[in-house]
Formats: sequence, C-alpha cells, structure tokens
Amino acid sequence: MRLDRRAFLSAAAAVALAGCASQPTGGTTSTQPRRGGRLRAAFAGGGAQESLDPHLANLFLEASRSKAMFDKLADYGTDVSIVPRLASRWESDAELSTWRITLREAAFHDGKPVRAADVLHSYARIADEKRTFRAKANLALIDLKNSRAVGDRTVEFRLKRPYAEFPNVLAAFGAYIVPEGADEFARPVGSGPFTFGSFQPGRSLLVRRNPDYWDGAPYVDELEYLIANEESARVNAVLGGQADYAHDLTPATARTHEAGGRMSIIRLSNSGMQAFAMKVDRPPFDDPQLRKAMFLLADRSQLIDSVLGGAGQVGNDLFGKDYLYYAADIPQRTPDLEQAKWLIGKAGATGLQIQLDTSAAASGFLEAASVFADQARQAGLEVSAKVGNKDTYWADVLNKGTICCYRSGAMPIETHLSQRLLTNSTTNATKWARPEFDALYDQAVASPDEARRREIYQDMQRTLHAEGGFLIWGFADWLLGTSPRLRGVANAPANTLDWARFDKVWLG
Amino acid sequence: MNLARYAVRRVLLGVAQVVAVASLVFVLTEALPGDAAVVLAGDIPDEERIAQLRAALELDRPAVERWADWLAGLAHGDLGVSLVSGRPVTGVLADGLPPTLVLAGLTLLLLVPLAVGAGVIAAVRQGGPLDRALTTVTVGLYSIPEFALGVVLVAVFAVRLGWFPPTAVGAPPNLLEQPALLVLPLVVLLARPVCSISRLVRAGMVDALNSGYAAHARRLGLSPWRVRLAHALPNALAPGVQQLARTTDWLLGGVIVVESVFVIPGLGTLLNDSVSARDIPVIQALCVVFATTTVVVNLAADLGAYRLVPGSAR
Repeated sequence: MRLDRRAFLSAAAAVALAGCASQPTGGTTSTQPRRGGRLRAAFAGGGAQESLDPHLANLFLEASRSKAMFDKLADYGTDVSIVPRLASRWESDAELSTWRITLREAAFHDGKPVRAADVLHSYARIADEKRTFRAKANLALIDLKNSRAVGDRTVEFRLKRPYAEFPNVLAAFGAYIVPEGADEFARPVGSGPFTFGSFQPGRSLLVRRNPDYWDGAPYVDELEYLIANEESARVNAVLGGQADYAHDLTPATARTHEAGGRMSIIRLSNSGMQAFAMKVDRPPFDDPQLRKAMFLLADRSQLIDSVLGGAGQVGNDLFGKDYLYYAADIPQRTPDLEQAKWLIGKAGATGLQIQLDTSAAASGFLEAASVFADQARQAGLEVSAKVGNKDTYWADVLNKGTICCYRSGAMPIETHLSQRLLTNSTTNATKWARPEFDALYDQAVASPDEARRREIYQDMQRTLHAEGGFLIWGFADWLLGTSPRLRGVANAPANTLDWARFDKVWLG
Repeated sequence: MNLARYAVRRVLLGVAQVVAVASLVFVLTEALPGDAAVVLAGDIPDEERIAQLRAALELDRPAVERWADWLAGLAHGDLGVSLVSGRPVTGVLADGLPPTLVLAGLTLLLLVPLAVGAGVIAAVRQGGPLDRALTTVTVGLYSIPEFALGVVLVAVFAVRLGWFPPTAVGAPPNLLEQPALLVLPLVVLLARPVCSISRLVRAGMVDALNSGYAAHARRLGLSPWRVRLAHALPNALAPGVQQLARTTDWLLGGVIVVESVFVIPGLGTLLNDSVSARDIPVIQALCVVFATTTVVVNLAADLGAYRLVPGSAR
C-alpha cells in the first residue's frame, strides 16, 4: 500500500488549514509572514523535574518542546488522520504484517542525515523492556528484532500480527526520532525546526531557528518556552508584554479579554473530550437500562454552558467527533427526563445512592460533577460528588468506584478503541470487555480494505452509543491567549501537529 | 556553663531537630495517597507500567530501608537524586536557592528601617493626622492576605498601569539583574511584617516617651530628637526585635505564596512541585534546608541573648 489517497488528502488539508490560519488572529495589519524576532510562549510546567528527553514527554509543555526540536515519522492532522512527517511514504505487504517506511531527506542539527538506523534506535529505546516511556504500548506491536534497515532511507518493520492502522503508531504521542545512540538529552540534537539553545529546568528553554529544516525554516529567529503554572500568571505575562503566547486559559479569562484588544483569544475547537465513565462490570451500571437512563438525563447543553463557559460543543457519547471514521450519522442524544425516570424506575434504582468520583485533575471536573449530580437528582438518583486526590486521580479511578469524571485529548479513534475498550486494554476505565467487540476490532485492523474498516468502526461505535460506559457529554475548545503581534496560530485540536507548533507562526 | 559548651549543646540539639523534622516529613510523605510511580504514570495508569516505574525508582523496597539509606546519605552530605528527573538533589536545590535568598534577604534588609521609621514617626506625632493615617493604613494592610494583595498589586500596577512587570516569567536566573521585577514581590512580603513591627515600635516608643527617664532627659535640656532616638528608641525596640525573629521564620512561608503569584522559581515553587510529584528526596532535602534555617536563626538569637543578658539574670 503506497501512501494512500486519504493520507495525501489529509496532508493537503493540513496545508490548506495552515493557509487559513495565516490570517491574522487579532489585528488588522498585513498577513504576509515576517521573519525575525523572539517568540516567548508561556505554559504550565513540571518544575525543576522537567526533562528534555522527547520520549519522556508527558505534559503539554513537553510535547510542544519535543515538536520544536524533534520530528516523528508521522503526526496527527487536524482531523486526526495521519500526516507524513519524516516518513515520506509507507507501504505494507499484502498481509499487513511487514511495513516499509521511506524516510524523506532530512538532517539532524549536527548535520548528520536522518537514517533508518536512527529510527530503529529510537523505537528500540522507546520499546525497551526495562523502561517506561509513554509510547511503549503503542510500539508493542512491532517485532523489533526482525525489523531492519534496508539502506539508509528505508526501514522495514515486522509486526507481531497484521495491522492496517500501523501509521497511527508512527504518529503516537512521544514517538520521536532521536539520533542513533542518543540516550542523554542535556543538549538535545534532533531534526526539528528549532535547535537547542539553553535550558533551565522549570524556568525556560531557549531554542533557535534551524535554517535547514526540511519543512521550511521557522519565521521566528528564537523561541523561548517560559513556565507559569498559575493561569493568571500566564495571562498577566501576555498582558504585560512578557510573553506572546499563553497556553491553556479558562473560559472566564477568555470572556474577560475577548473584546479588550490587549490579548487575542484563540479557540482550538474540539480539543478535549469531556465524559463520565461508568463501569459496566459492576452494580449499578452493569444494568444497561440504567446506563441508558444516564445518557438520557444528561443535559449536555447545560454542562457545556456551566462547565465550559459555552466554549465547546455537545457530545453524542462517542469519542472523536469530526475525526476520521467518526460515526456522524448516529442521531444526537437529547435530554428526555421522563424516559430517564421511567428507565430508572424499571431498573429498580429510584432513590439509589451513587458516588461520582471527581478531582481537580483536569479543569472543569469539579464543576461537571456538581452540575451532573443535580441533573441526576432531578431524575430520581441520589448522585453525590466525591472529590479525590488530583495527583493520583487516574490511577485511583481506573479500577475503583462506579462512575467518574473523565477526559481525553486527541488520538485516532482506533487508538481510543484499542487502548480503552478492549478486554485486555491497559487503561479500560469503563471495564467494557466483550469478546465479540474485540473480534470486530481484530477484523478491522486486519483488513486492508479501508471501506470495510470504516464499516466495522461504525458498527463498533453504534454498540458503544447504545450500551457503552462512556457518557461523552461534550468536546471542549482549548483556549489560548496571544499578544496582538503574534500571527498564524492554527486552529488545531490539542495534541495534533499544528497545535502549539511554532515554526509556522510569525511576529507582526 | 560557658558560651562554647552552651553553643555545642544547642548545635547538637539543632541537628537532632533537623533529623527529626526530616524523618517526620518522610513518614507524612509516605502517608500521602499514591507514590511517584503513580503520579508519573499520569493519565495512563497502566498497572504494569506503574509496577515497572516503581521498581525503577526502587519504591518497591520497604520504607524503613529507604529511610535508613537516606539518613546514611545525609550523614555524608549526599541528598540523593530526584525521583522524577534523576538529577542530583543538591543541583536542584542550588537552582532554587538564589531567588528565595534574594527575596528573603532584601525583605529583611528593607524591613528594619521601614518598620522602625514608621513606628517612631507615628509615636512622635502621636494622635496627629500622620499617626492616624499610619494606623489606618497599617491595620488595613495587615488584614490582607499575601495572595490577595499580590493579585491586586499585579492587576493595578503591572497590568493596568504597566509600571512594573507582572510576573518574573522569563526573568534572568539572577533576579537582581532586573530590579523592577522585585518591586511588587517585595511590597507583598514587606506589607504585613512592616505593619506588625511598626505597631510594636510605636507602642513601645509611646510608653518610653511618657516615662520618667525621658522627661528627665528633656529637663536636662537634651534636644527632642536626641531624647527620642538615643534614650526612648532602644527601650521601644525590644518587642520589635522578638517579632523580627518570628518574621524570619514566617518569611519562608510568605516566600512560597509570593513565588507562586509572581512565578519566581525558588524553593517555594520547588516544594510545591515536589509534593505534587511525590518526589520524596527533594521534599526531604527542602525540609532539611527549612529546618536548618529555623534552627540556625533561633540558635543565633539565643546565643545573642546568652551573650547580652547578664549572668546573674540566668
């Protein structure tokens, strides 16, 4: 299979989107990109513990830094389809178990070309049994012992089983390509648009324009990442002229400054899935009627308005709205309190006490829990929110409790299915485990026929919509603040290629 | 008992106090829900991965063993490595120390003249408009928490008027290179201690000025300012000095708040980050630093008192 039509189209779409984004976001002056200047971007950080190892990237800040200095073989386009990056094309054998990747001509910052050996080293490092890099699970399917370099610019990956969605692996979060032998990143050498300048953990990272970048040199001469964990400090830094880009603002801040003119607010639509995860393997939510009642009693518009300050769109209990393979033709659920009450009565659950786990682990969780508890009470369930520890929240709710607040960033629908909804998925928060569902997934990823895969994914989504444990009530906009002189910031969901990407923006 | 023996006894006691505090913190950190492995795993709490992380960080060893190892290391001046970044803890501390030292040092430096000056002037103009104004301001200011004051100052003087930078985001490692950055943080740090100490100085000064020896000095024809500064002030200072010692302890806490409002990457920020990351070696090292500071400050005060107070009074 050559780099197929879809991948080509999405690459074209990404280019077109970057083009649209070239319109000034706040001001009125020329749209012509300008070279020069130092761009300062403020993010929440990880303190003195931060590392520049791109395979350790975990925070949004680290993802953006990694993307400034390194490349992946592929990345997520704005619709979360797969866009080629260092891999200029990929093709598989008929069984889908051997994939041949052709690398584009690119060079690391020390002038050495990016070769197949670098790719194999990077993937072996991530997949190392003794280590715990985030992308390890994504790469688990590759049989690295039997994978090899065919010349300098071709890699042949052997997979442990047939897998049609292999390009998703190439784009996985944290699957960056580092030079062969690299294991220490005090002065990182990558192939990305910016070269390393200086680093003070927990304070700042300065990188410089890489004039020889294969995807075109950045417009800005220098890029500085600044750390400000408090949202108000990030906002003040932009208002006070200390930064040009503030990552992750609240809707309240956005409303305050939207019309002010001192800061432009940029909405990255469809960035964060917002959900409640019900565990389907234990009472009370092992009763499909009760799950259906929950789906029906949720007033999604009210949740969007009160939790997200209106910055988002309603969800239909399915992950990946507008992404490739999203089942858009399933009718949108609307609140039906009477039907919900009737179902709750039928399930014998009227007046049932339910504990909803929440914490400050993600913004909006506490508000979402209290709003939803009110809605459930109107339908006759005694839902009470229990606030847990924010640092350990995700581990706490994985196996314990019955319903919890949940959120997710962008990833392909296939990745969402395989990591969260199969019997042996490692982060299956809804405990959804059905052999026939697993079988459908295996069929889909073993099928070279894209139309067939689409059909199976639609089937799986219909099942999840009808009986699943995820009550996906909305998709939040991600909010950014930029100084009026910063141009070209693209509207792309968080975690995709064009999000927090600074080689295509300029200072006006 | 001579001064040297007293000092040795106090130093040994101080070391014991520091070890006790750090050990208590070790126990408390162990009691926090989750460990560094769970926190590091974040939103991918894959059980196998957490187990591997735990093994890699040696968190699977018994707590007592880890505690003993830490104590042994401490004896050699070895504070271990950060669980999260793998960097030596001494390096992490060295990065965070200068901003905190600059903030605390400058605060103390400005605090004494400001507080004493305000107290003396208020006492001299007792009941006048200036005294009343100072009283109103100090009482009002004292009641505002540091965090709120910081936010208000930033909103008015940095964002609206643009006189000072709103945060230290992007500041050079040495904050003294950009003095404008320090103005608002110092105002916040000074606000409350200036109020409390100047109130104490004023009260002491008023008493002293109304006393017989001040009246006597005046009858001898000494100039009013000589009476005030040379005779009344020393007696008025005693309560202020005690308050100053307490302020030094308080500063470490105030600095944590100020560091967070103004994004100054000092020890306070480091403590916050380490607790959320369950980075026990860093937390313990910070506790050793804070405990040592407190012990040393109090030791110095006590030694000073020992030296000054006549032996018969003991």
